Amino acid sequence: MYRYDEFDERFVRERVAQFRDQVGRRLSGSLTEDEFKPLRLKNGVYLQLHAYMLRIAVPYGTLSSKQMRQLALIGERYDRGYGHFTTRTNLQFNWPKLRDIPDILDLLADVEMHAIQTSGNCIRNVTADHFAGVAQDEVEDPRPTAELIRQWSSLHPEFDYLPRKFKIAVTGAEHDRAVIKAHDIGLRILRHPDTHEIGYEVIVGGGLGRTPMIGKVVREFLPKADLLAYLEAIMRVYNLEGRRDNKYKARVKILVHEIGTEEFSRRVEEEFARLDGPSVNADPAEVARIAAYFAPPAYETLPATSGAFEAARAGNPDFARWVETNLTPHRQPGYAALTISLKPIGAPPGDATSEQMRVVADLADEFSLSEIRVTHAQNLVLPHVKLSDLFAVWQRLGEAELATANAGLITDIIACPGLDYCALATARSIPIAQALAQRFADPARQKEIGVLNIKISGCINACGHHHVGHIGILGLEKRGIESYQITLGGDATENAAIGEILGPGLAAEDVPDAIERIVSVYLAQRQAGESFIDNVRRIGLAPFKAAFQDTNREVSHAVA
Amino acid sequence: MPLLDRHGAKAEIWTRSEGAAIDNLSHALVDWAVLPEALAQKTRDQRIGVVIPNTVRIPELKLLMRQLSLIAISFPSFGDGRGFSLARLIRNHGFTGTLRASGPLIVDQFAYALACGFDEVELPEASAVRQPVEQWVQALGQISHGYQRGYGDSGNILDRRRSARLKHAAAG
Ligand code: HEM
Ligand code: SF4
Repeated sequence: MYRYDEFDERFVRERVAQFRDQVGRRLSGSLTEDEFKPLRLKNGVYLQLHAYMLRIAVPYGTLSSKQMRQLALIGERYDRGYGHFTTRTNLQFNWPKLRDIPDILDLLADVEMHAIQTSGNCIRNVTADHFAGVAQDEVEDPRPTAELIRQWSSLHPEFDYLPRKFKIAVTGAEHDRAVIKAHDIGLRILRHPDTHEIGYEVIVGGGLGRTPMIGKVVREFLPKADLLAYLEAIMRVYNLEGRRDNKYKARVKILVHEIGTEEFSRRVEEEFARLDGPSVNADPAEVARIAAYFAPPAYETLPATSGAFEAARAGNPDFARWVETNLTPHRQPGYAALTISLKPIGAPPGDATSEQMRVVADLADEFSLSEIRVTHAQNLVLPHVKLSDLFAVWQRLGEAELATANAGLITDIIACPGLDYCALATARSIPIAQALAQRFADPARQKEIGVLNIKISGCINACGHHHVGHIGILGLEKRGIESYQITLGGDATENAAIGEILGPGLAAEDVPDAIERIVSVYLAQRQAGESFIDNVRRIGLAPFKAAFQDTNREVSHAVA
Repeated sequence: MPLLDRHGAKAEIWTRSEGAAIDNLSHALVDWAVLPEALAQKTRDQRIGVVIPNTVRIPELKLLMRQLSLIAISFPSFGDGRGFSLARLIRNHGFTGTLRASGPLIVDQFAYALACGFDEVELPEASAVRQPVEQWVQALGQISHGYQRGYGDSGNILDRRRSARLKHAAAG
């Protein structure tokens, strides 16, 4: 994992002091409320329905056990004993007091963490594949790139007052687990087909929100050394040309859409050619310095299988089921990456209590080289667990209600905070997730259905990624009543797609039935081994629409 | 309107012209719309400055830049950051005169403005009253070093790490 040097340490400490000063200037009247608002947002402080909310950055989803313990402590001391992991791998506390926030920031700085740029019209927390450094399909670890971008984008003098927020994601693998095509910039590390040199495919203009768009390739191959200069060129074009007349049209996706990918790319290339790359780019020694922190840890040399593990699996069906869903193969023989589901049936997706955070931290110390990952699906990962330790880890997780065997299944639901917390919400989302999880709780049925991503947002802003859910649920408000719009066929991977609306909105209590019908169509029509999303692609929307309309006809309270 | 630079308050030497009429002003500040007309009247020892909106494109400005001693970029609001990029572009295209940020900036943008190539900030009266000059100067020291190479000369972190490495290599 990356460790701060004296410069990083000083930077973060000075940023905390600067925030204290900003709060002071607001209180003394030097800053108006309008002037202070972006300053607090750029330090992760939101005003929500009931209280302030603090969003803490977990850069590229990597946490140490020590950092996790500090989050547990903050949750206990300054919140209500829990935190919420988000789809951007951040952690949110929903109930801190404004006056405590500088102290919380100090505690974060003690463990090399911060809340810098977790909100506001600036470059946000950079995300990456949560199986970085572990995945078998990886060309190069994306974390050194993400860390370089984290540093470069922090308090950038030119790009801190952008037209709108700006999100960057990086993957180094063939299979995209970082949703890079739904980001303002998505970077895919790849090898040049001819020279085999490592570089980036650069994708710009993806985004969700009220106008969902899939990103476009603006550069097929960018040499690695040119990264920062190229990013500078993209950001400069966007900062100057992005729309500022309408905040709903201010994201870079709209600029790319309006002027066309080719013209956008031409402007970026022109600026990139003109600017003095060597004066902007990090020198290779700096890139190497960062990369060294992500060198593979000291693994033991182990056989590819473990007798104890196989025996436990054969002897315990619950363990076997968990292994089947929550384990990801590791590139190091004898190890596995395991997903800790934060989606126990009936609980708000993504929440973890301080107690649970400590359990995860302890397990990471004992069994996973002190490392933890946060995923965009709002789960946690222990990335380096020996097969022979898995049974013990599973038992300990179970005691803390962290051993739900549902990673990737229908009850592994992404949901935004919705009307329970969020000031912008038009409907609840957490209770919908809870009702669906309860409806599909039966493990045998979940297994039968297989991989199926349900994603729920409580308003058009799409924080719950509903557009790219295999099944997406969007909560709206129609004449004072919550109305849920169902979409089908979205995909968050390298085959990224925006889901299509199935029909009129439904009342909250009818959502589980509607989902049930959609699932029944799949179960009836699938071919052997065909996943839900593959089935939707093959047979198209029509059969699902027909079934959906039946639901609509039967229920009395369908909301038009 | 109050003016300041990295050292504190600064006296204004520029006079806004009435339209293109620069008469015998020694330092005439003219609007972008009338710049060509004003330049046509410029005498040898007159200095001309221009106030530009933040939407001006470099190709439009570039040919005139050599005749200008000051460019003031308007910030319609502090949240509109186009001026930062425009300043960078103007500097990158070789402008060596004075660059001024003109509008309701806030103290927290001062270091950014300087790093992007501005020399000074001209504030509306109301902003200056709320944010006294001392706050601006003090804010400059709040973050000792940034990460970005090529912005200002304050010793960015990447270059500092680099010199530490070189020193280390030379010593070792
Ligand atoms: C609770 C307070 C929150 C507020 C006020 C808020 C506000 C917003 C707004 C206004 C947008 C739309 C931006 C746009 O279209 O340009 C948005 C998008 C988004 N937010 Fe949130 N959000 C909140 C919480 C969250 C949470 C908890 C998560 C993670 C679970 C999240 C993750 C996202 C993501 C992933 C997007 C979509 C990004 C995109 O448009 O490309 N937000 N949010
Ligand atoms: S999608 Fe809407 S309701 Fe949900 S968190 Fe985002 S802004 Fe709030």
